[in-house]
Amino acid sequence: MLHIINKSPLTSVSLNSCVNTAAGGDILLIEDAVYAATKGNAAEAVLQAAMGRFKVYVLMPDLEARGLGDRLMAGVNAVDYGGFVDLTSNNKSCQSWL
Amino acid sequence: MSSIEVGGKSYETDEEGYLVNLAEWDMEVANYIAQTENISMTEQHWEVVNFLREYFEEYQIAPAVRVLTKAIGKKLGAEKGTSEYLYGLFPYGPGKQACKIAGLPKPTGCI
Amino acid sequence: MSDAKKFMFVNRKAPYGTIYALESLEVVLITAAFDQDVSLAFLDDGVYQLKKGQQTKGIETKNFSPAYRALEDYDVEKLYVEKEAMEARGLTEEDFLVDVTVLSRAEMGALMDEQDVVLSF
Repeated sequence: MLHIINKSPLTSVSLNSCVNTAAGGDILLIEDAVYAATKGNAAEAVLQAAMGRFKVYVLMPDLEARGLGDRLMAGVNAVDYGGFVDLTSNNKSCQSWL
Repeated sequence: MSSIEVGGKSYETDEEGYLVNLAEWDMEVANYIAQTENISMTEQHWEVVNFLREYFEEYQIAPAVRVLTKAIGKKLGAEKGTSEYLYGLFPYGPGKQACKIAGLPKPTGCI
Repeated sequence: MSDAKKFMFVNRKAPYGTIYALESLEVVLITAAFDQDVSLAFLDDGVYQLKKGQQTKGIETKNFSPAYRALEDYDVEKLYVEKEAMEARGLTEEDFLVDVTVLSRAEMGALMDEQDVVLSF
Protein backbone atom coordinates (compact mmCIF):
# COMPACT_ATOMS: atom_id res chain seq x y z
CA MET A 1 0.00 0.00 0.00
CA LEU A 2 1.14 3.53 -0.76
CA HIS A 3 0.98 6.24 1.89
CA ILE A 4 1.24 9.83 0.68
CA ILE A 5 2.10 12.65 3.09
CA ASN A 6 2.07 16.33 2.14
CA LYS A 7 2.43 18.17 5.48
CA SER A 8 5.59 19.32 7.24
CA PRO A 9 6.50 16.91 10.05
CA LEU A 10 7.04 19.83 12.45
CA THR A 11 3.64 21.40 11.78
CA SER A 12 1.35 18.43 11.49
CA VAL A 13 1.02 14.96 13.03
CA SER A 14 0.42 13.37 9.59
CA LEU A 15 3.77 11.59 9.40
CA ASN A 16 3.47 10.34 12.97
CA SER A 17 -0.08 9.14 12.40
CA CYS A 18 0.99 7.35 9.27
CA VAL A 19 3.94 5.46 10.76
CA ASN A 20 2.03 4.69 13.96
CA THR A 21 -1.02 3.38 12.14
CA ALA A 22 0.02 1.83 8.86
CA ALA A 23 1.19 -1.78 8.72
CA GLY A 24 3.88 -1.13 6.13
CA GLY A 25 4.40 -0.52 2.43
CA ASP A 26 5.59 2.58 0.64
CA ILE A 27 5.66 6.15 1.98
CA LEU A 28 5.87 9.00 -0.50
CA LEU A 29 6.70 12.47 0.83
CA ILE A 30 5.46 15.36 -1.31
CA GLU A 31 4.97 19.14 -0.93
CA ASP A 32 5.80 20.34 2.61
CA ALA A 33 6.32 16.75 3.77
CA VAL A 34 9.64 16.61 1.90
CA TYR A 35 11.22 18.47 4.84
CA ALA A 36 10.94 15.20 6.81
CA ALA A 37 13.57 13.68 4.52
CA THR A 38 16.21 16.37 5.09
CA LYS A 39 19.34 15.87 7.18
CA GLY A 40 19.21 17.49 10.59
CA ASN A 41 15.43 17.86 10.71
CA ALA A 42 13.98 17.06 14.13
CA ALA A 43 11.73 14.46 12.51
CA GLU A 44 14.72 12.54 11.14
CA ALA A 45 14.44 9.86 13.83
CA VAL A 46 10.77 9.20 13.06
CA LEU A 47 11.59 8.47 9.45
CA GLN A 48 14.70 6.45 10.36
CA ALA A 49 12.64 4.25 12.66
CA ALA A 50 10.01 3.75 9.96
CA MET A 51 12.50 2.55 7.39
CA GLY A 52 12.39 -1.04 8.60
CA ARG A 53 8.71 -1.39 7.80
CA PHE A 54 8.38 1.09 4.95
CA LYS A 55 10.22 1.97 1.80
CA VAL A 56 10.43 5.77 1.81
CA TYR A 57 10.33 7.98 -1.29
CA VAL A 58 10.56 11.74 -1.74
CA LEU A 59 9.34 13.80 -4.70
CA MET A 60 12.52 15.57 -5.85
CA PRO A 61 10.94 18.57 -7.64
CA ASP A 62 9.32 19.53 -4.30
CA LEU A 63 12.62 19.14 -2.43
CA GLU A 64 14.51 21.22 -5.01
CA ALA A 65 11.84 23.93 -4.97
CA ARG A 66 12.55 24.33 -1.25
CA GLY A 67 16.30 24.64 -1.78
CA LEU A 68 17.08 21.33 -0.08
CA GLY A 69 17.91 19.05 -3.00
CA ASP A 70 21.39 18.51 -1.55
CA ARG A 71 20.20 17.59 1.97
CA LEU A 72 18.41 14.34 1.31
CA MET A 73 18.97 11.90 4.17
CA ALA A 74 20.38 8.45 3.52
CA GLY A 75 17.94 5.65 2.84
CA VAL A 76 15.28 7.79 1.17
CA ASN A 77 14.64 7.19 -2.53
CA ALA A 78 14.28 10.18 -4.84
CA VAL A 79 11.51 10.06 -7.45
CA ASP A 80 10.25 12.46 -10.11
CA TYR A 81 6.63 12.79 -11.30
CA GLY A 82 7.03 9.66 -13.42
CA GLY A 83 8.13 7.76 -10.31
CA PHE A 84 5.11 9.16 -8.45
CA VAL A 85 2.83 7.66 -11.12
CA ASP A 86 4.66 4.32 -10.97
CA LEU A 87 4.22 4.18 -7.19
CA THR A 88 0.49 4.75 -7.46
CA SER A 89 0.07 2.16 -10.18
CA ASN A 90 2.31 -0.46 -8.54
CA ASN A 91 0.38 -0.33 -5.26
CA LYS A 92 -3.08 -1.79 -5.00
CA SER A 93 -4.33 1.05 -2.83
CA CYS A 94 -3.32 4.47 -1.63
CA GLN A 95 -3.96 6.56 1.48
CA SER A 96 -3.30 10.31 1.56
CA TRP A 97 -2.60 11.47 5.12
CA LEU A 98 -4.03 14.97 4.55
CA MET B 1 -7.07 36.98 -22.54
CA SER B 2 -6.27 39.72 -25.02
CA SER B 3 -3.31 39.96 -27.28
CA ILE B 4 -1.45 42.47 -29.41
CA GLU B 5 -0.03 41.97 -32.88
CA VAL B 6 3.26 43.52 -33.91
CA GLY B 7 5.13 42.67 -37.10
CA GLY B 8 3.22 39.45 -37.59
CA LYS B 9 3.91 38.24 -34.04
CA SER B 10 1.22 37.84 -31.40
CA TYR B 11 1.81 38.72 -27.73
CA GLU B 12 -0.61 37.67 -25.01
CA THR B 13 -1.61 40.46 -22.60
CA ASP B 14 -3.83 40.85 -19.56
CA GLU B 15 -6.90 43.09 -19.56
CA GLU B 16 -4.77 46.16 -18.77
CA GLY B 17 -2.29 45.54 -21.60
CA TYR B 18 0.61 44.09 -19.58
CA LEU B 19 2.42 41.21 -21.27
CA VAL B 20 1.51 37.85 -19.76
CA ASN B 21 4.74 36.14 -20.75
CA LEU B 22 7.88 38.08 -19.89
CA ALA B 23 9.96 35.87 -22.18
CA GLU B 24 7.99 37.00 -25.23
CA TRP B 25 9.18 40.59 -24.80
CA ASP B 26 11.30 42.20 -27.50
CA MET B 27 12.10 45.74 -28.62
CA GLU B 28 9.38 45.71 -31.26
CA VAL B 29 6.62 45.06 -28.76
CA ALA B 30 8.20 47.56 -26.35
CA ASN B 31 8.08 50.26 -29.00
CA TYR B 32 4.51 49.32 -29.83
CA ILE B 33 3.34 49.51 -26.19
CA ALA B 34 5.17 52.83 -25.81
CA GLN B 35 3.28 54.18 -28.81
CA THR B 36 -0.06 53.20 -27.27
CA GLU B 37 1.06 55.15 -24.18
CA ASN B 38 1.97 58.18 -26.34
CA ILE B 39 5.65 57.81 -25.59
CA SER B 40 8.35 57.84 -28.24
CA MET B 41 11.27 55.92 -26.87
CA THR B 42 14.58 57.76 -26.44
CA GLU B 43 17.86 56.55 -25.03
CA GLN B 44 16.75 57.86 -21.61
CA HIS B 45 13.54 55.84 -21.79
CA TRP B 46 15.45 52.68 -22.72
CA GLU B 47 17.81 53.22 -19.82
CA VAL B 48 14.90 53.03 -17.37
CA VAL B 49 13.19 50.15 -19.18
CA ASN B 50 16.38 48.11 -19.26
CA PHE B 51 17.01 48.91 -15.62
CA LEU B 52 13.55 47.57 -14.74
CA ARG B 53 14.15 44.38 -16.68
CA GLU B 54 17.44 43.83 -14.85
CA TYR B 55 15.78 44.53 -11.51
CA PHE B 56 13.07 41.99 -12.26
CA GLU B 57 15.60 39.42 -13.40
CA GLU B 58 17.42 39.81 -10.08
CA TYR B 59 14.52 40.03 -7.59
CA GLN B 60 11.48 38.68 -9.46
CA ILE B 61 9.43 41.76 -8.58
CA ALA B 62 8.69 45.05 -10.29
CA PRO B 63 9.84 47.72 -7.82
CA ALA B 64 7.49 50.31 -6.33
CA VAL B 65 8.05 53.84 -7.72
CA ARG B 66 9.78 55.01 -4.55
CA VAL B 67 12.17 52.05 -4.73
CA LEU B 68 12.73 52.51 -8.45
CA THR B 69 13.57 56.19 -8.00
CA LYS B 70 16.12 55.45 -5.31
CA ALA B 71 17.67 52.56 -7.23
CA ILE B 72 17.91 54.56 -10.46
CA GLY B 73 19.68 57.33 -8.56
CA LYS B 74 22.22 54.83 -7.30
CA LYS B 75 22.77 53.19 -10.68
CA LEU B 76 22.42 56.02 -13.21
CA GLY B 77 23.33 59.08 -11.20
CA ALA B 78 21.59 61.26 -8.63
CA GLU B 79 20.17 63.66 -11.23
CA LYS B 80 18.13 60.77 -12.67
CA GLY B 81 16.98 59.44 -9.32
CA THR B 82 14.17 61.96 -8.91
CA SER B 83 10.43 61.71 -9.52
CA GLU B 84 10.62 64.83 -11.73
CA TYR B 85 13.03 63.10 -14.08
CA LEU B 86 11.11 59.82 -14.18
CA TYR B 87 7.68 61.43 -14.51
CA GLY B 88 9.16 63.60 -17.27
CA LEU B 89 9.88 60.43 -19.21
CA PHE B 90 6.75 58.54 -18.18
CA PRO B 91 4.05 61.13 -17.42
CA TYR B 92 1.40 58.61 -16.32
CA GLY B 93 3.67 57.01 -13.76
CA PRO B 94 7.11 55.46 -14.21
CA GLY B 95 5.94 52.36 -12.37
CA LYS B 96 2.94 51.69 -14.53
CA GLN B 97 4.12 52.90 -17.93
CA ALA B 98 7.76 51.86 -17.81
CA CYS B 99 6.88 48.42 -16.40
CA LYS B 100 4.32 47.90 -19.12
CA ILE B 101 6.86 48.81 -21.81
CA ALA B 102 9.45 46.58 -20.14
CA GLY B 103 7.07 43.64 -20.29
CA LEU B 104 6.87 43.30 -16.50
CA PRO B 105 3.81 42.79 -14.37
CA LYS B 106 2.28 45.78 -12.61
CA PRO B 107 4.59 46.88 -9.77
CA THR B 108 4.07 45.29 -6.38
CA GLY B 109 2.76 47.97 -4.09
CA CYS B 110 1.16 49.89 -6.91
CA ILE B 111 -2.39 50.27 -5.66
CA MET C 1 8.84 59.83 12.60
CA SER C 2 7.69 59.85 16.19
CA ASP C 3 4.26 58.59 15.11
CA ALA C 4 5.64 55.49 13.39
CA LYS C 5 4.06 52.35 14.75
CA LYS C 6 5.88 49.11 15.28
CA PHE C 7 4.59 46.45 12.89
CA MET C 8 5.62 42.84 13.05
CA PHE C 9 4.85 40.25 10.38
CA VAL C 10 4.98 36.78 11.89
CA ASN C 11 5.76 34.08 9.34
CA ARG C 12 5.25 30.50 10.46
CA LYS C 13 4.58 28.59 7.25
CA ALA C 14 6.87 26.92 4.72
CA PRO C 15 6.81 28.34 1.18
CA TYR C 16 4.91 26.70 -1.75
CA GLY C 17 2.91 24.12 0.25
CA THR C 18 0.47 26.89 1.19
CA ILE C 19 0.00 30.46 -0.02
CA TYR C 20 0.79 32.16 3.34
CA ALA C 21 4.48 32.94 2.68
CA LEU C 22 3.82 34.63 -0.66
CA GLU C 23 0.82 36.54 0.68
CA SER C 24 2.86 37.81 3.60
CA LEU C 25 5.68 38.97 1.34
CA GLU C 26 3.26 40.84 -0.90
CA VAL C 27 1.63 42.58 2.03
CA VAL C 28 5.06 43.54 3.38
CA LEU C 29 6.07 45.06 0.02
CA ILE C 30 2.82 46.98 -0.28
CA THR C 31 2.78 48.34 3.26
CA ALA C 32 6.46 49.31 3.04
CA ALA C 33 5.18 52.47 1.35
CA PHE C 34 3.68 53.66 4.64
CA ASP C 35 6.95 54.37 6.44
CA GLN C 36 6.36 52.38 9.58
CA ASP C 37 8.80 50.51 11.78
CA VAL C 38 8.53 47.05 10.20
CA SER C 39 9.97 43.79 11.54
CA LEU C 40 9.72 40.38 9.93
CA ALA C 41 9.80 37.39 12.25
CA PHE C 42 10.39 33.86 10.97
CA LEU C 43 9.21 31.16 13.37
CA ASP C 44 8.62 27.41 13.04
CA ASP C 45 8.43 26.33 9.38
CA GLY C 46 8.55 30.01 8.41
CA VAL C 47 12.35 29.82 8.60
CA TYR C 48 12.25 27.71 5.43
CA GLN C 49 11.08 30.77 3.47
CA LEU C 50 14.61 32.18 3.59
CA LYS C 51 16.44 29.02 2.48
CA LYS C 52 19.01 29.65 -0.23
CA GLY C 53 18.95 27.80 -3.52
CA GLN C 54 15.20 27.39 -4.15
CA GLN C 55 14.63 25.94 -7.64
CA THR C 56 10.95 25.85 -8.54
CA LYS C 57 11.07 24.93 -12.22
CA GLY C 58 10.13 21.34 -11.44
CA ILE C 59 6.91 22.31 -9.66
CA GLU C 60 6.01 25.01 -12.19
CA THR C 61 5.56 27.62 -9.48
CA LYS C 62 7.10 31.08 -9.29
CA ASN C 63 10.22 31.20 -7.13
CA PHE C 64 9.54 34.29 -5.04
CA SER C 65 12.53 33.91 -2.75
CA PRO C 66 14.73 36.46 -4.64
CA ALA C 67 12.29 39.16 -3.53
CA TYR C 68 13.47 38.81 0.09
CA ARG C 69 16.75 40.28 -1.10
CA ALA C 70 14.88 43.34 -2.38
CA LEU C 71 13.44 44.10 1.08
CA GLU C 72 16.44 46.27 1.82
CA ASP C 73 15.45 48.56 -1.09
CA TYR C 74 12.03 48.84 0.57
CA ASP C 75 13.71 49.88 3.84
CA VAL C 76 12.62 46.66 5.51
CA GLU C 77 15.80 45.68 7.29
CA LYS C 78 14.72 43.99 10.49
CA LEU C 79 14.58 40.28 9.84
CA TYR C 80 14.50 37.93 12.81
CA VAL C 81 14.82 34.15 12.80
CA GLU C 82 13.91 31.94 15.75
CA LYS C 83 16.99 30.00 16.81
CA GLU C 84 15.19 26.91 18.07
CA ALA C 85 13.17 26.63 14.84
CA MET C 86 16.28 27.01 12.73
CA GLU C 87 18.14 24.32 14.64
CA ALA C 88 15.23 21.87 14.68
CA ARG C 89 15.34 21.99 10.89
CA GLY C 90 19.06 21.36 10.54
CA LEU C 91 19.66 24.90 9.28
CA THR C 92 22.31 27.47 10.13
CA GLU C 93 22.60 31.21 9.43
CA GLU C 94 24.65 30.40 6.32
CA ASP C 95 21.59 28.73 4.80
CA PHE C 96 19.66 31.99 4.48
CA LEU C 97 19.59 34.17 1.38
CA VAL C 98 19.58 37.41 3.38
CA ASP C 99 21.24 38.66 6.55
CA VAL C 100 19.10 37.93 9.58
CA THR C 101 19.27 38.35 13.33
CA VAL C 102 18.88 35.06 15.14
CA LEU C 103 16.88 35.30 18.37
CA SER C 104 16.02 32.73 20.99
CA ARG C 105 12.35 31.90 21.43
CA ALA C 106 12.26 33.98 24.61
CA GLU C 107 13.83 37.01 22.89
CA MET C 108 11.38 36.61 20.01
CA GLY C 109 8.47 36.58 22.44
CA ALA C 110 9.71 39.73 24.11
CA LEU C 111 10.13 41.48 20.76
CA MET C 112 6.62 40.46 19.75
CA ASP C 113 5.33 41.94 22.97
CA GLU C 114 6.86 45.34 22.11
CA GLN C 115 4.88 45.71 18.88
CA ASP C 116 1.89 47.95 18.23
CA VAL C 117 0.55 45.73 15.47
CA VAL C 118 1.23 42.05 14.82
CA LEU C 119 0.17 40.45 11.54
CA SER C 120 0.12 36.67 11.37
CA PHE C 121 0.81 34.47 8.39
